[in-house]
Amino acid sequence: MSKNKTDYELVIKPKKGFIPVDFKELYQYRELLYFLSLKEIKIRYKQTALGASWAVLQPFLTMIIFTIVFGRLAKMPSEGIPYPIFSYSGLLLWTYFSNSISTAGNSLVSNEKLVSKIYFPRLLIPTSCTVSGLLDYVIAMSILVIMMVYYNFYPNISIILLPYVILMTFILANGLGYLFSAINVKYRDIRHALPFFIQLLLFLTPVIYPTDIGGAKYSWIFLLNPMSGFISAHRTCILGHTSLDVTGLLVSSVLTIIIFIIGISYFKKTESYFADII
Amino acid sequence: MEEPIIQIKGISKKYVIRHENAPYKTFQEAIINAVKAPINLLKNNGREPKKETFWALKDITFDVNRGEVVGIIGRNGAGKTTLLKILSRITEPTEGKITLRGRVASLLEVGTGFHPELTGRENIYLNGAVLGMTKKEIDSKFDEIVKFAEVEKFLDTPVKRYSSGMYVRLAFSVAAHLEPEILLVDEVLSVGDAEFQKKCLGKMKDVSEGGRTVLFVSHNMLSIQNLCTRGILLESGQISMEGSITDVINKYLDLGGEQNGEVCWASPDTAPGDERAHLKAVRVVSEGRVTGVVDISKEFRIEVDYWNLEANGRRHVSIHIHNSMGVCILTSANYPSASLTPDLWYARPYPRGLFRTSCIIPSCFLNDGPHSVSVFINETLSDNIIVIKDILSFSVQDTGMMRKEFTGKWLGAVRPLLDWHTVQLN
Repeated sequence: MSKNKTDYELVIKPKKGFIPVDFKELYQYRELLYFLSLKEIKIRYKQTALGASWAVLQPFLTMIIFTIVFGRLAKMPSEGIPYPIFSYSGLLLWTYFSNSISTAGNSLVSNEKLVSKIYFPRLLIPTSCTVSGLLDYVIAMSILVIMMVYYNFYPNISIILLPYVILMTFILANGLGYLFSAINVKYRDIRHALPFFIQLLLFLTPVIYPTDIGGAKYSWIFLLNPMSGFISAHRTCILGHTSLDVTGLLVSSVLTIIIFIIGISYFKKTESYFADII
Repeated sequence: MEEPIIQIKGISKKYVIRHENAPYKTFQEAIINAVKAPINLLKNNGREPKKETFWALKDITFDVNRGEVVGIIGRNGAGKTTLLKILSRITEPTEGKITLRGRVASLLEVGTGFHPELTGRENIYLNGAVLGMTKKEIDSKFDEIVKFAEVEKFLDTPVKRYSSGMYVRLAFSVAAHLEPEILLVDEVLSVGDAEFQKKCLGKMKDVSEGGRTVLFVSHNMLSIQNLCTRGILLESGQISMEGSITDVINKYLDLGGEQNGEVCWASPDTAPGDERAHLKAVRVVSEGRVTGVVDISKEFRIEVDYWNLEANGRRHVSIHIHNSMGVCILTSANYPSASLTPDLWYARPYPRGLFRTSCIIPSCFLNDGPHSVSVFINETLSDNIIVIKDILSFSVQDTGMMRKEFTGKWLGAVRPLLDWHTVQLN
């Protein structure tokens, strides 16, 4: 029980206009974020025979199929490195991103009970999905390390940018996750549109092919997709096979911040009616 | 004077009800509608057709002082849960302002946040965190929670394998160990078996006696009476009464429409009877008011009004009371040997006129539950003038008598307070 009785005061009234994010409150609820993320991790592979190996199998099997179809049959260029390591290094981050936005996008709806019966900052629900995905990323990274040893790749100094790239991908996944989950509360169309959107986006992102595939004439198209800058930078700073596309990374970062602000603002604006219509 | 811990000023909540189209009858219709949906959306410029607004709460104002335990009573749909949801910030008010001067925890449903795939142990932590406990708090209360829920052996079993009883026990136990300054509780004591309910009630009593401020919603008048000091009665989103819990419960019980406690006839022409006498009314009166619901701890009166149409006749009145099982609880009549104080009109010749014969049923006597009254008026023992079976029904409400220790159902047709003594014999 509290010792000081007058230090706490909370006013509840209808909110209007711009609703700022209450960072102080988010900090107070940091333990809940930890428990919610832990729950996401624990339930993801409950009652599966292969358990957490799915975190590896998903990108690994995709890499094998891509290598056969795009590497061998279609003879896709791969920035002068073996196609398997080229595609896996892209798939690794892509899998994190796509799984994060698809679970985050459905998170409010699938946690309907929590939303309608208990108060806590709703932002934690989609965030717990993007946080828990990081563990899968780390597990799947082990395969990349093995492949690097096998193909004789050693990271150079640009590896110090890796945390930045992961952080930006995390922010982008959160921004989109907030947006999609909030829209999903009102329009369940998201549930159908999201897998389709993710699939399309994969083909617009340099996971299967390098950014210079269409020549310099078309490379600006990639600048519109924030994930393309991160996928390329992620590949470059781990494998060190080519020089970093700084412009691409910067443009992606700016787009990410914009998307994040849009996502979180929409979420905060619509948050008040979640419990009423979910 | 200290400021109230909860100040509610003019809170209203509006809901918009969307009328959805009638469900599709055929698969074909469903397909056609699916195709039409985007077109309609464009046609209506994105607006959904047919909306209706509904005020779940309208201008609610009251204060709660620190340490008060307030019961919120009302029928289904009166706005009780909406009020708790606004107080716990799950949903936002449409108008008004609330000031809370203490940490709030709400318990709107037992087991929210439980995940069936997780084990008991994992769920305790998750649910505790969701309800606002820190990891440290949960750690320190862990053993207590497990012990209270009686699930020691199944801590590492996924809760989906729990029996429903174990599940609610664990869920309630986590919630019961919350220690906020303000606790909002919605109808959660109605879980588990009788034994566990008793434990829950005991726990709630500890909580409320521990100086915490509690807002408590329940349909169980017994637990409300037991726990609360003050009551608020909500009726269609508005406060219809506020005051001591006993008064508010009485007012609420009075709302029971189907048994309004009185049957009467305006004129002797339509009333039952023969040329000697006609019945005017039969009613149940408790604490000076006609009511269909009587408090078990209060005495009440059954009144029989009748017109005597024949001078110098003799009229005797008797009643039967049956319980809901059809068991005859008692028969009684205004015979001198059957009455505590002799009825002065017994065996006297009646002039023409209107009479009232009443019988007092003592307090702490009938068991709780519905009862029916049958009425007889006769001239001699074998000559009935009026016989009406089950003319009136009333309900005896348990309001806490004999409820300090045992909270289950007292078996039997009656529930009298008796004298008990134990002596040591050796």
